Amino acid sequence: MSELGFTPNEMMTIAASRALRNDDVCFVGIGAPSAACNVARLTHAPDITLIYESGTIGTAPDVLPLSIGDGELCDTAVTTVSVPEMFRYWLQGGRISIGFLGAAQLDKFGNINTTVIGDYAHPKTRLPGGGGAPEIATSSKEIYITMAQTKRGMVEKIDFYTSFGHGEGGDHRQRLGIDTKGPTLLITDLAIWKPDPVTKEFTVVSLHPGVTREKVQETCGWTVKFADRLEETPAPTELELKTLRDLKARTDAAHKGEAVSAKRGSKDG
Amino acid sequence: MTKFLLLSRAVAENLKNGDTVAFEGFTHLIPTAAAHEAIRQGFKDLTLVRMTPDLIYDQMIGIGMAKKAIFSYAGNPGVGLLRRLRDAVENGFPHALEIEEHSHAAMANAYEAGAAGLPCAIFRGYRGAELAKVNPNIKSVTCPFTGEVLAAVPAVRPDVTFIHAQKANKKGDVLVEGIIGIQKEAVLAAKRAVVTVEEVVDDFDDLHPNLTVLPNWTVTAISVVPGGAHPSYTHGYYNRDNASYLEWDEIAADRDRFREWMQKNVIERTADDFAGRVEHLRNAA
Repeated sequence: MSELGFTPNEMMTIAASRALRNDDVCFVGIGAPSAACNVARLTHAPDITLIYESGTIGTAPDVLPLSIGDGELCDTAVTTVSVPEMFRYWLQGGRISIGFLGAAQLDKFGNINTTVIGDYAHPKTRLPGGGGAPEIATSSKEIYITMAQTKRGMVEKIDFYTSFGHGEGGDHRQRLGIDTKGPTLLITDLAIWKPDPVTKEFTVVSLHPGVTREKVQETCGWTVKFADRLEETPAPTELELKTLRDLKARTDAAHKGEAVSAKRGSKDG
Repeated sequence: MTKFLLLSRAVAENLKNGDTVAFEGFTHLIPTAAAHEAIRQGFKDLTLVRMTPDLIYDQMIGIGMAKKAIFSYAGNPGVGLLRRLRDAVENGFPHALEIEEHSHAAMANAYEAGAAGLPCAIFRGYRGAELAKVNPNIKSVTCPFTGEVLAAVPAVRPDVTFIHAQKANKKGDVLVEGIIGIQKEAVLAAKRAVVTVEEVVDDFDDLHPNLTVLPNWTVTAISVVPGGAHPSYTHGYYNRDNASYLEWDEIAADRDRFREWMQKNVIERTADDFAGRVEHLRNAA
């Protein structure tokens, strides 16, 4: 905790939550996107529709799920559909307004790699792969990305195009016949970024409180562009912070409780 | 018509060396007991199909049963990576593993095409995605009506599919509810299907008429294995054992520790051990 009274990760989650609207239909990635989407639901966007790729539509979990298929997502959903239906009718059918993704590796045009570090056939590190992301990235009306900044994560050139963002920039999406907007927002632990209207390169438009331009550059692998009129992200409100911290505390208690009882009850896993 | 068999017999009668086999269940209802039985019976050269390989394929790959894996997300859900699969892909240990990697949308469409008796699935996908360049089974077709270029992948047609479900009735009809995933498609796409269930009830007369029911004549064999989805969960019966998923990350990180764990917890055990593993997870389910 800094002297500001909140951590960079809390600022990231809260800034991301603010980007979501009450009438959004949001396809939620696990991890940081899931936290942001649920903070939005618990603050300014109570009617937001949250969809996880396990087929749960309109979920309202009391604690954050560990996986996309946790039972609570189904228990609290408006409806639960099969996985083919999820991807065909709801995603491919154009029902999703926001696809909210995290990234292992990201470039300045919003292209995402979650497949391999190194060569595909002989990888240095084999990552989990795309899952739902390749089609989320192209079938959702627009894409928000959230990740903590590191030089390893934000790189000049990604090793593998798992999910297409703006490709080489400019009109690359249109040239491939993709008519959705692609990445329109990147929220990190230090700043809010938006693509340049022409080049589509992510540009810093707002620094979080206490963050300098130097700090943003130090933790990013490409040369960072800053908007001419750089804003400061409003600090988290008391309500936002309390909502996020309560959610995390409930989540920790729930998952820790399961872990403790599991250790006690089972020797063999 | 289906028959009720001990799991050991159901696996022995339906799985063969060299088969293409799907053990499906999307995070929920993962058929772990069936996978462990297949491990005990020592099958070889399997082509393993699963959207999310999860712990069971990490175990089957690590023990050396798999020739090839067809998948769309090779992670330990909520935890991180699958370390035995990684060791096979990165280092060829215990032997080289051929992989055919897709997106979820492609796999879901491919199972549905299999169930529908089609040779391939057509969908709007892989646009700008590099998998299309490294997987020769991702091709494209042009819509004859609009001219739109769409992705095409081969249908998934397993020799045998294994799933876990909540219950069967005495006639052998099968209920799946909650996160229904890809189970119905995986069963209907396969030549043979084996279902493990938590319990058998007299009839389904009190069920909602649209609940996912596989009629008994679509299922080759049913085995009653309470707890058979552990450490995943069975909606309405027991919760996901998140601690086991976390623990697996450590077990699978070390080749020797993995072997010891498999010997003690799979090879020297039976399907009857699963009921005890979920006892502490039942209260809140």
